[in-house]
Amino acid sequence: MDYLDKSLSRKHKFNRFLQEKVLILLILVLGSVLMIAPFIWMLSTSLKEPGAVFTYPPEWIPASHITVTYQDTEYGLYKVMVNGKEEKVIKIKVFKNDADVMIYRDGKVIEEVIKVPANELKEFKKIKFLWRNYIEAWNAVPFGRFFLNSIIVGLCITFGQVFTSSLAAYAFARLNFKLRDQIFLGYLGTMMIPGTVTMIPVFILLKLMGWIDTYQALILPGMFSAYGTFMLRQFFLGIPKDLEESAFIDGASKFTIYLKIILPLSKPALATLTTFVFMGSWNDFMWPLIVTNSMEMKTLPVGLAAFQGLYTTNWTLLMAATVIVLIPVLMVYIFNQRYFVKGIVLSGLKG
Amino acid sequence: MAVIKLVQTRSKLYKMQFLKDNLTAYAFLGPNILGFLTFTLLPVLASLVLAFAEWDILTAPKFVGFANFWTLLQDKLFWKYFSNTIYFMLGIPVGMAVSLILALLMNNKLKGIVIFRTVYFLPVVSSMIAVALLWRWIYNPDFGLLNSFLRWIGIINPPQWLSSKIWAKPAIMIMWVWKGAGYNMLLYLAALQGIPQQLYEAASIDGASAWQRFWHITLPMLGPTNFFIVIMGIIGGFQTFGEIYVMTGGGPAGSTTTIVYYIYNNAFQWFKMGYASSIAWFLFIIIFIATLLQWKYAGQKVEYSVG
Repeated sequence: MDYLDKSLSRKHKFNRFLQEKVLILLILVLGSVLMIAPFIWMLSTSLKEPGAVFTYPPEWIPASHITVTYQDTEYGLYKVMVNGKEEKVIKIKVFKNDADVMIYRDGKVIEEVIKVPANELKEFKKIKFLWRNYIEAWNAVPFGRFFLNSIIVGLCITFGQVFTSSLAAYAFARLNFKLRDQIFLGYLGTMMIPGTVTMIPVFILLKLMGWIDTYQALILPGMFSAYGTFMLRQFFLGIPKDLEESAFIDGASKFTIYLKIILPLSKPALATLTTFVFMGSWNDFMWPLIVTNSMEMKTLPVGLAAFQGLYTTNWTLLMAATVIVLIPVLMVYIFNQRYFVKGIVLSGLKG
Repeated sequence: MAVIKLVQTRSKLYKMQFLKDNLTAYAFLGPNILGFLTFTLLPVLASLVLAFAEWDILTAPKFVGFANFWTLLQDKLFWKYFSNTIYFMLGIPVGMAVSLILALLMNNKLKGIVIFRTVYFLPVVSSMIAVALLWRWIYNPDFGLLNSFLRWIGIINPPQWLSSKIWAKPAIMIMWVWKGAGYNMLLYLAALQGIPQQLYEAASIDGASAWQRFWHITLPMLGPTNFFIVIMGIIGGFQTFGEIYVMTGGGPAGSTTTIVYYIYNNAFQWFKMGYASSIAWFLFIIIFIATLLQWKYAGQKVEYSVG
């Protein structure tokens, strides 16, 4: 008896456990649907015909109204019941309540006019992806140039920031010099100042230099950061000194030590900073918006915003452009996601 | 004499070495410090000076004392945009709740967690401008995905979202929750996995219910993470710009204009560099105070130790 009781309760527990898991999975799946649906909707819209987006209920799979040519005129194909059989027809004339149609069968129009109720005519649609939208969007504004600009700016800023930050971080972590702690405090103090404060004077400075609408304006202010310096300094401090000391006895210069010992040992931190800086630069909007005027100098986000200004409600093209902008990043993410997630979360935690 | 000479040469050597060390250090520091001075320190000081001036870049700047700040205090638009910005921050706790629930669910050992993580992170890695554009389409009152869905479940008159003074702000907040959920979820997940299991075991032995365990163990142990998310949310919230620029342009009737948007308009549309700078400084001071307050308040709660 006792044994039976126990096994029963165990079974009961297991059932509850299973139910819980199923419930959790269900909620997580529902959440995933909410996360993905907008992306699918974007893809679907980007492949539709312009008119096809203005339908209710919305269609998830892009489809086109099929047309046929009859006596040099294009007619849309409809489906309707004729004598209890569903037929494809073309619409010749529409009256108030009914329409004159002709049956279309085996690629030919049967020349016999039939009257059917107009509201029973249903458009005959076939799945059709309008890839043309992408070509049109790509050619409407210089997207190739935007990509190029974003890549140039992103690479320069990332390389510049990682390089200057790691040099300075090495000095702060390992070298003794006058005013070291004061300067470091100064760095820390400015980390809290929002970009909006420095934005205006930097803009004026660049304007005085005649650098508005140039790569210098896009890149230079982004090449230095107190945050990167701070983060790398913390990491360098955690590296044991033994290796450096033996290298120093062997006569290695400080720069050699930095280049050959510190940097290789800091790969995780450098990778994190690289991901973080590149993502930040790639997605930055406000600064490139302020310092660029011409289409040729815009980066992807600013270019996309400019595209929106031109095609305000042309949703198929707008969504095609959005896909063009999003796809590369999402691809890189999906194939390197472990690394991506780590970089983003780590940089957040250490910030 | 010889001893003195020796000491002198030694001290000279030390000085040489000291000089050399300093030179090396400053060589390392050089590029960064140059950038730091040019693009951070000088601009900060210049901005402070500008805040007390009137300047349209074209004509000579005029020193006006505290006039900009007086104007600011009486600027009804500024206060409206300020309250807009605060209103937007109500989205922070909502987003936190969603992310925490997701993290709690994900913290169960389930198969396929990696897939969920990948999916929830898709919006995080997407560019904000692209996401804003996508959501502008989703919020389309007549043919957008959201209103189509609302009509489908029987709501005949769904909101006009971005073109409604009442709904534009919640619309942008919903988009934020969607975009940020995966990121905060991951922060929470990392924190949850760091909570020592014996705390729960001890509580279970004492007869604590699941809810009690959540309320008295999980939530307090998440203190630092909550603190971090709130601070980042406030700082980020005060700097909201791109999505507003793309989705509403600050409208309808200024109902989604944020402070940074106002700074942008003042500086780069109307060329009131001085006034824009004074708003920027006001903003900085607010962020500073908010951070300090949070720090002080959270500082007491964050400290804990597990023996």
